[in-house]
Amino acid sequence: MTDGADAPPVIILKGVTMSNIYKSRKYVILFLAPAFLFLIVYLYYPFFVNIYGSFRQIKNLGSYGTRWNDPLLENYIKLFTDPVVFTSLKNTFFMIIATIFGQVGIALVLSLLVDNIERGTQFFRTVYFFPIVISATALGLLFNLIFLYDKGMLNQFLELFGKADLTDWKGEKLAIFTMVLPVVWQYVGFYFVILETGLNNISQELYESAAIDGATRLQRVFYISIPLLRNVICTCMTLGVTGALKVFDLPWTMFPKGMPLKETFLTGTYMYYQTMEAKNVDYGSTLAILIVVLGVIISKVTRSVFRESEDI
Amino acid sequence: MKRNKTGLALLYMILTAWALTTIYPLFWVLENSFKAKDKILQQSFALPVGELFTLANYKRAFERLDIVHAYINSIFISTCVTIGVMILAGLASFALVRFDFRLKKFCHTMVIAAMMFPVFSTIIPVYTMETSWHITNTSSWGLNMLSVILPQVAGNISFAIIVLMGYVQSLPLELEEAAHLEGCSIPQIFVRIIVPLGKPSFVTVAIFSFLWSYNDLFTQMFFLRRPEMQAITRLLNELTSKEGTNYGLMASAVTLVIIPVIVVYIFLQKYIIKGMTAGAVKG
Repeated sequence: MTDGADAPPVIILKGVTMSNIYKSRKYVILFLAPAFLFLIVYLYYPFFVNIYGSFRQIKNLGSYGTRWNDPLLENYIKLFTDPVVFTSLKNTFFMIIATIFGQVGIALVLSLLVDNIERGTQFFRTVYFFPIVISATALGLLFNLIFLYDKGMLNQFLELFGKADLTDWKGEKLAIFTMVLPVVWQYVGFYFVILETGLNNISQELYESAAIDGATRLQRVFYISIPLLRNVICTCMTLGVTGALKVFDLPWTMFPKGMPLKETFLTGTYMYYQTMEAKNVDYGSTLAILIVVLGVIISKVTRSVFRESEDI
Repeated sequence: MKRNKTGLALLYMILTAWALTTIYPLFWVLENSFKAKDKILQQSFALPVGELFTLANYKRAFERLDIVHAYINSIFISTCVTIGVMILAGLASFALVRFDFRLKKFCHTMVIAAMMFPVFSTIIPVYTMETSWHITNTSSWGLNMLSVILPQVAGNISFAIIVLMGYVQSLPLELEEAAHLEGCSIPQIFVRIIVPLGKPSFVTVAIFSFLWSYNDLFTQMFFLRRPEMQAITRLLNELTSKEGTNYGLMASAVTLVIIPVIVVYIFLQKYIIKGMTAGAVKG
């Protein structure tokens, strides 16, 4: 181990310069060890232990249980027979669809509109983005007040327009809609900023020459903006879909324990419910594995559907 | 490019309509935090002036809820997470980009793969592991804070490494070589060149980690179960189940939590927006 004193001179590789000062193995280990220790101890190791835990019988959080499940695959069999798993999968898919059309869709429309104005761009950017900065828990409480049956902001507002009866936003019929809406609302600004940055990267000359050729504003949007934005839109879709699987705070604050009647569980909130509320920790582990498998499948599908094109 | 006036007006109307959906709910909760419960249910759109105005909700919030402590806990946790992530990810990204070693590719893959683990899939064993170290559910404040800081650091590290690697790659090597010739050791190069030049990237990472940790409810629900250890999001969540019908108190609590964040956001918005979207926009 030398500190580069007698290492070979600088090697030039396809434009990449590998300097002779960075050879010391001592520093590699010193610099990498802390971060990788964290990754291994807090991510890789627990991930595998979690699989082990799904076969054990664990009553209390904080132990690995005393014996194996009997039958060993008990939890996995339960996954297929538990009607709430089906409900939470259904809701999660609904969340994904809402993410694609709601978050990215609205963001795309708004960013295309903002691209057409000169004044106030910065203002809209600031205002649209800020719900993301606020904790979803606080927003959950806020939306609880807004959707209150007797009578929150929305019901009072509808009353102003002469609607006589109150709408039960959190009742069985509308619960899913009421749960998804704030999540969509919160993240529109995030995708808006990404898409708007993408639009700003499109050269003005393209629009100008299209205008000279007689293209209308709408034609310019469909034949220039959207095609050139394709890759950015794909990135947003991928981010949105994977993000939809991680949603927890807002639904849990607004609809704790899957109320009403366990109708509003998402895969994540159901995993938490089984682990912390129902004290079925090993089943919670199994649900976590379901989330991982779901995540892998969905991101594979998304990547192939929204594949970024190389030729732009 | 010329355009017609009505079209432009329509454009602004649509854009303003969406802006209202983000501004108005916050304004609404602010104005209602100054009203008594029954008034919130009857006259929620009226401004809290004259008869309507009351500070009772805030008085009760400070009496009943340990908001000050929750703030201290939250800020302490998030600051530690941020510092931890910056140091660990800074060192690791420097090593991963500049040094040449056998397992480089493997290490890189490990970092990227680590981003794929959803927190759900690791949290139960992490809790068990920390319980065996006796740092969860203890009466020691420091240890309890540590039990939530450590998993949050781990959760942010891989993302931070990716962002910082992009930055280190963009640095001209000549600078470091020159410093080396001047007699700088490798740690000196890191401290004197990489860190100062990379300030914007480190700020990005810091903002992302801080906000993520500050807003994260899931981890806090697992690790901060004692009332005196609660952080801000945990406190709010508890509030829904305990005082779910005390709307005035809820409105004031939400306001107390949101206002500081908005103030910070107004001043640092440029960095915050960049920080939060850094992972998405390459380069």
